[in-house]
Amino acid sequence: MQLLEFQAKELFREYGINLLESISSTNIEDGRKHAKKLGYPFVIKIQVPVGGRGKAGGIQKCQNDDEFELKYPQVMDLTIKGEKARAILLEKMADIKKELYLSIFLNRSKRCYTIIASAEGGVEIESVKNQIIKEVGLGDVSDELAKEVAKEMKLEGKTAEQFIDTLKKLSKLTIEKEAELVEINPLAIMQDGSVMALDGKFVTDDNSNFRHDELQKYQEKTANEVQAEKSGFSLVELDGNIAVVGNGAGLVMSTLDMLSDNGGKPACFLDVGGGATTESVYEALTLISRLPRVKGILVNLYGGIVKTTVVAEAFLQAYENNLIDMPVFSRLKGTESEKAKEMLRGSRTKIFDSVEEAINAAVMGIKK
Amino acid sequence: MTDIFGLLKGKPGDSDYEHKGVIVQGITGAYGSLHAKQMIAYGTNIVAGVTPGKGGQKFEDKVPIFNTMKEAVDATNAKISIVFVPAKFFLSAAKEALESGIKLLVAIPEHVPIRDTMKVLDLANKKGAIIIGPNTPGIMIPELIKIGIMPPMPFKAGKIAVLSKSGTLLYEISDALTTSGFGQSITIGIGGDPVNGTRLIDAFEMVKDIPDMEGLVIVGEIGGDSEEILAQRIIDTGFNKPTVAYIAGRAAPKEKRMGHAGAIVMGNYGSAESKVSMFNKANIPVAKRPAEVPVLLAGKIRLE
Repeated sequence: MQLLEFQAKELFREYGINLLESISSTNIEDGRKHAKKLGYPFVIKIQVPVGGRGKAGGIQKCQNDDEFELKYPQVMDLTIKGEKARAILLEKMADIKKELYLSIFLNRSKRCYTIIASAEGGVEIESVKNQIIKEVGLGDVSDELAKEVAKEMKLEGKTAEQFIDTLKKLSKLTIEKEAELVEINPLAIMQDGSVMALDGKFVTDDNSNFRHDELQKYQEKTANEVQAEKSGFSLVELDGNIAVVGNGAGLVMSTLDMLSDNGGKPACFLDVGGGATTESVYEALTLISRLPRVKGILVNLYGGIVKTTVVAEAFLQAYENNLIDMPVFSRLKGTESEKAKEMLRGSRTKIFDSVEEAINAAVMGIKK
Repeated sequence: MTDIFGLLKGKPGDSDYEHKGVIVQGITGAYGSLHAKQMIAYGTNIVAGVTPGKGGQKFEDKVPIFNTMKEAVDATNAKISIVFVPAKFFLSAAKEALESGIKLLVAIPEHVPIRDTMKVLDLANKKGAIIIGPNTPGIMIPELIKIGIMPPMPFKAGKIAVLSKSGTLLYEISDALTTSGFGQSITIGIGGDPVNGTRLIDAFEMVKDIPDMEGLVIVGEIGGDSEEILAQRIIDTGFNKPTVAYIAGRAAPKEKRMGHAGAIVMGNYGSAESKVSMFNKANIPVAKRPAEVPVLLAGKIRLE
């Protein structure tokens, strides 16, 4: 999962990384109290799990009460790259001399953690110039290496000392919380030479959740997604009107692609998983019936270990219980697919020989 | 270079030629026992199983069960194991296997923490062992040996090598290949995790010199940059066997994990566009649909 800035900063604070004073809120009443406590000037920052907040107007300076009353609701109402504000962070204004870039991330192709640092930060990583890149195995950064990075960045005195300290703390955080990415951008050098994290990005490895109860309060999933996880299938909600169901993440992604190529709009990605049972597929159909906007279901199954008859049985039960009253377009192949087709004959499920035909029929049959 | 065929088949004259022994870790669990039976039915020589506390029993009245990997390896001299334990026990199971002398470990579990995978890889490097997975359907030489969970129907012996991040797409595309008359010399499941024991590029190195290979099929998906790196390697080495790719996830939203832990686009990193454009640069056509793979492959072979 990806943490919001204020959540990442909670972890930074816990690990002793220098931060400006800041307070988060979700309504203007609390915001007003925080404004008083913090004192002007400060910055209002929208809390969304995507980048590009500044450009979208999600970060605003505030000099007095009038500006606060005007800007707080404006920022709160913004939608950035489809993401609504989760909270607002008020943060003291900083007197910055220079902006640096610093991150430790999981380098998937090299299969090791990697430090990226640059003396030219404050922009998105793709445009960060003169990157200093160091591979660090499982994430441990030695004193020598931290010093070397500071030296390559041409930092000196107090700034170098604090940078080294920050890098070491970031490494500890990465290892202990099993992060895939920890990024400070910008890491600011202040007028007095000290170093401060002005922003924070933190992505955890969801597979290590069972070892990190302390991070679960940051989990942001819809009730449906939580239910899906519990039942052993994976669900991603999308904003179209055709629910896409299949077995295997690759096959379902592939079905989404073909549906989109043909002008269809997927309402969800639902992978029933390798251990699907009639009960779990019925559970999946229950979730789909609760999703807004769904006008039809596209089913693409390649039965291997999961028998297609198991899935067919779940659909029949769903029809019998009036759980599903929309059209269903399906392609069934693999284990017991002939039997499954026989079971579904005459039901609400339309069966097609190829996924292409099922998709065409779904797109034609479900308009808007 | 890893001689994967040497590991899976052995050499003519070996007493176990084309009959290599495989140990199943977690053989008495629901998943492990189901697939142990299916592997045996396929002809894989399952020589032992391991489940702590069940040593001395027999699986299906035939396969001896041991308490530890060390006992199982000592008794059978097997070099291959397949792991079915729950994700949180994978690290200790894999360590035990590698410490006992396993040289090829197929890691089936999904949801293994990345840090655990990295620790296992570290040890595997030291021991000169290969890890396939985690979160993989496994590896197979059709009609000879299956070490994994793939259903048998889609596969047929032949001369096309198939490398795939996804399980069901491996079945789907192999089925399409088989139907079009293209059997497979080997299929390797890379797995859907962010960190893979055998990366696409490693799998490519394993298969690129198969003497009578007619073609290569690469089944990738969004996330990471292993497809891009493989495409670059193909350019650099001048590999010229007919090659076709497929990439799943073109329509997936950014910053969302699409079922697989590794299937996530962050910024532009991991996007389908980036992968497709690198394959195009390497003169490798990318199919839009799984069914298009054999068509494109036939076209490439005709050009030979």
